[in-house]
Amino acid sequence: MSLLKIDTLSLSIAETPVLRDVSLSVEPGEIVALTGESGSGKSMTALALMQLLPDRSQTSGMIELDGVSILDQSEAQMCSIRGKSIGMVFQEPMTALNPVKTIGDQVMETVLIHQEMAPAQAKTHARNLLNHVGLPEDRFPLSRYPHELSGGQRQRVVIAMAIALRPKLLIADEPTTALDVTTQAQILRLLKSLVQEFDMGLVMITHDLAVVAEMADRIVVMRQGEVVETGPTKHLLANMQHPYTRMLFDASRHQVDLPPVPPPEPLLEVRNVVRDYRLPRTRLFHHPGHHRAVDNVSFTLQRGERLGLVGESGCGKSTLTRAILGLEEVQGGEILLNGSPVYSGTKPDLSVRRKMQVVFQDPFGSFNPRHRVDRLITEPFHLLETKPTGSERSDRIAEMLTAVGLSPDDATKYIHQFSGGQRQRIAIARALIIRPELILFDEAVSALDVSVRAQILDLLADLCQAYDLTYLFISHDLSVVRSVTDRVLVMKGGQIVEQGETETVFSNPSHSYTKSLIAAAPVLPDPDSLRRSIEHV
Amino acid sequence: MTRNLIIGAALSSLVVLAAVMSFVWTPFDYAALNIPDKLQPPNPTHWFGTDHFGRDMFSMIMVGSRTSIAVALVAVGIGMAAGVPLGLTAATRKGSWLDELIMRGNDLVFAFPSLVIAILITAVFGAGAINAIIAIGIFNIPVFARITRGAALSLWEREFILAARVSGKGAARISVEHILPNVANLLIVQGTIQFSLGILAEAGLSYVGLGAQPPTPSWGRMLADAQTMVSFAPHLALIPGSAIIVTVLGLNLMGDGLRDWLDPRLRVARS
Amino acid sequence: MLRYSLKRLFSLMISLAVASLVIFSVVEIAPGDPASYMLGVNAQPDTVAALRAELGLDVSRPERYLSWVAGMLQGDFGTSYTYRTPVAEMVKDRLWVSLPLALYALTLSTLIAFPAGIFAASRRGKTGDVVVMGSTQLGIAIPNFWFAMILVLIFAINLRWFSAGGFVGWENGIWAGLHSLTLPAIALALPQASILARVMRSSLLDILGEDFMRTARAKGLTRKQALWRHGLRNALIPVLTIIGLQFSFLLAGSIIIEQVFYLPGLGRLVFQAISARDLIVVESVVMLLVFAVIVVNFVVDLAYAVVDPRLRTRT
Repeated sequence: MSLLKIDTLSLSIAETPVLRDVSLSVEPGEIVALTGESGSGKSMTALALMQLLPDRSQTSGMIELDGVSILDQSEAQMCSIRGKSIGMVFQEPMTALNPVKTIGDQVMETVLIHQEMAPAQAKTHARNLLNHVGLPEDRFPLSRYPHELSGGQRQRVVIAMAIALRPKLLIADEPTTALDVTTQAQILRLLKSLVQEFDMGLVMITHDLAVVAEMADRIVVMRQGEVVETGPTKHLLANMQHPYTRMLFDASRHQVDLPPVPPPEPLLEVRNVVRDYRLPRTRLFHHPGHHRAVDNVSFTLQRGERLGLVGESGCGKSTLTRAILGLEEVQGGEILLNGSPVYSGTKPDLSVRRKMQVVFQDPFGSFNPRHRVDRLITEPFHLLETKPTGSERSDRIAEMLTAVGLSPDDATKYIHQFSGGQRQRIAIARALIIRPELILFDEAVSALDVSVRAQILDLLADLCQAYDLTYLFISHDLSVVRSVTDRVLVMKGGQIVEQGETETVFSNPSHSYTKSLIAAAPVLPDPDSLRRSIEHV
Repeated sequence: MTRNLIIGAALSSLVVLAAVMSFVWTPFDYAALNIPDKLQPPNPTHWFGTDHFGRDMFSMIMVGSRTSIAVALVAVGIGMAAGVPLGLTAATRKGSWLDELIMRGNDLVFAFPSLVIAILITAVFGAGAINAIIAIGIFNIPVFARITRGAALSLWEREFILAARVSGKGAARISVEHILPNVANLLIVQGTIQFSLGILAEAGLSYVGLGAQPPTPSWGRMLADAQTMVSFAPHLALIPGSAIIVTVLGLNLMGDGLRDWLDPRLRVARS
Repeated sequence: MLRYSLKRLFSLMISLAVASLVIFSVVEIAPGDPASYMLGVNAQPDTVAALRAELGLDVSRPERYLSWVAGMLQGDFGTSYTYRTPVAEMVKDRLWVSLPLALYALTLSTLIAFPAGIFAASRRGKTGDVVVMGSTQLGIAIPNFWFAMILVLIFAINLRWFSAGGFVGWENGIWAGLHSLTLPAIALALPQASILARVMRSSLLDILGEDFMRTARAKGLTRKQALWRHGLRNALIPVLTIIGLQFSFLLAGSIIIEQVFYLPGLGRLVFQAISARDLIVVESVVMLLVFAVIVVNFVVDLAYAVVDPRLRTRT
């Protein structure tokens, strides 16, 4: 008998259908991945399992955990199931823990809420649990507070809480999405070993198909509240039946066709750049210390080239981006665009600035919500000596919106009327409208669903040919950088540790950090080789 | 959702209407003494009754609303005119000596309860409506500076501000073009709240004799006059008190309603 | 924690220094000479000069400021221009009315606001919430001195449960003292309790939406357990700020309320001093009030650090 059996589960919230006839099952010791794009209902399925749904939710169908019908339990009965029979791990480790309680108290609480136990015994138990998830006593005493831990360490605490009573089922909702790739690999390894050790069932919710392929025994693909395809991982990957599944996997593996790189001619020169931040004074009469965010970085970006800059959070890539944009002064070295410095004190040098534009990550935060699209995308006109007006202005707007795949009529709309992908198109139109030579992409596709991401990447390849553009692509996502860049820089601790042709760096990294980064990044297997390996068995 | 807004706006405009109307018409001359008719309870001739000098309470309330509104409005104006630019400037140079100076200065004004400032000012410069306005207005400055700075700081972190900086726009231009419109809602809501607090503060100051001086009618002084007679003529206290409550309640409801109505998150949910 | 406390203490000193300078300067620019005012228009120039010397007005301004501050540090607030008695003595007795009144009101306000706010938050959108929120909306709109008059009308004049005014003095026992401060304290507390209850409610509702509350529920805590164990302490952080601010409102508010109840507190003293242009008394009382407010805010800052461990480790 299955550990968990969901049969024709339907859910509506405030009369809006969210899930339709979802059926799946999980065996003890099995890892089942729920995957799909945003709005597929994968997280709501998890919350339905926990019966932690928002108000005005209505469920029908059946959820059976170890023979107990979840939907028939009273709230009081659910409280004795949650944390005891089902444990849950959440996406945001930074906010999932109570900031004003020690980690020891929070781990002990799971135990004490379900069992009578002497405080000393509970303490020992919590200690053992934290040791078990890789937080040893000497560095992580029970008296630590969450804010003293990193994201990965906090996620380990959350996992310790979830497995404290050896639940039969563990639910992990995007457990590694907020983490760096090396941390992600460690957390995934921990989860996998716990599943084997405790013979738990694990329902893993993730949008990342590479993670799915590496972790899961079985895959459930969801779209708009429905299960479109399900099956054992290898088998499903080798024989995808549903067109949506195929589209999803193709989009994740998407490679764009880049135009050839013209002969080298330096456009952006970064020479020995140093960027220090002042630290707050720790003692009154002592000199405040410095944090060196960018440490002696040098590279040259050739005209027409697509250059990638990868690194984990805190490596200094965002700081470097701001310095290149001329928004912040550097403490050493120089940054030249076409031979002129990008930073010119408080008064920006417009003739340099107009050669460079940027597209940011957040499709929701990069626009003033009070302005219409025409005003939004013409903001860079400020950099021009003569700003286009009248019909010239409206022609430029129409041309740009068309170029990024939108309609000229969209000019009069407000930003909240667009989806995330459309907003990124508008951001590209804004960057393009004054015909810069260089565009910086700061995590520009990181917040997008894979299918939308593939379309935006294609658009970037087209535009780069049509408008003779040079790209600097800053991202933590190795697969994206691999698909759209010719050359790549790897950054760590404020320094560039490796640079070279993208394919060479990825297939044959020389620096140990690059090696660990690439080894940690989960990869999607090639379906053809999978098919062959299955046939051989 | 907008029920608060409708009720609040209705009550507030009632008071404003009374104030405006008092310039052209009141049922009686608010200053005319009529001792034979003194201390009448509300009746068909004198809708709100008469005071110990036989003056018509309704007319006094109408004219008194002018004082309340004028003092509170100018005080909010002072607070906004000085506080908003201070807050915007502080936010453009976060952590600089200027920011420190502005914020520490604000802390200092917060350390003086507004009434204490008023007492100090009136003790030194004499009681009167103008000094009351200054006293209340000074206390409004840090309120607006703080709220503007807080909201502006989080906006400066947003990517659309970075995009504007990449477009070569300076801090002053960005503050006016991008920051100010996005904090306007917050300022409107806070403005109505400070307005209502101003009405209360003016009433309190007039009650202790530090606000508007006779013969200018004021709700707070009407209450002070009523104090010794409240046991046999309760309407003397009840009516000006109710006028204050209605005004403050109306403004607060309007502030709450505006906050809900102007909140872009809620507006997206509605559309 | 120690470093944090010392840092707050340092900023407390600076605030006090600047506040004293501001108060001194404002009083200094006041028009008129206290000595001539006290002696009347017909006084001889040499008598005025003698009085100026006696009051310490004949030295330079910086010297006067320093001696004023030095005096206050030793508990000497100067001599009243009108009564010719030490200000410290005049203030001492009255402080024992105003300060207990403000604290009494603060206690009442907190005792009313916490349950009301928690109740409303836990019944969000239901009748209980609507009723509590509606009454707090009204409570905020009521001027406290008017409310005091109504309380006197009902409980002192009609029901005769309390005396209509005056203060029996602490020498008659703490309960008698508290009894005569009860009506004024209620009048002060209710409007503030309304504000505090609203802050408590919205702070709790904000916390209820936090990720860690969902984590707590996933552990198997009931809604109520999660609220008490995880919600309340976090919700307290913004509430503490308001409590700190309220103390200054209450202290200032007690000045007005004292007029309604004829209480011999600082408020009465200040108004007598203003009408007599006894500026040294005004100056000292204002400084004392500001001192109390700054010290309370310092205590609130320390309370923050107790509630929020993040403050303890940050510089």
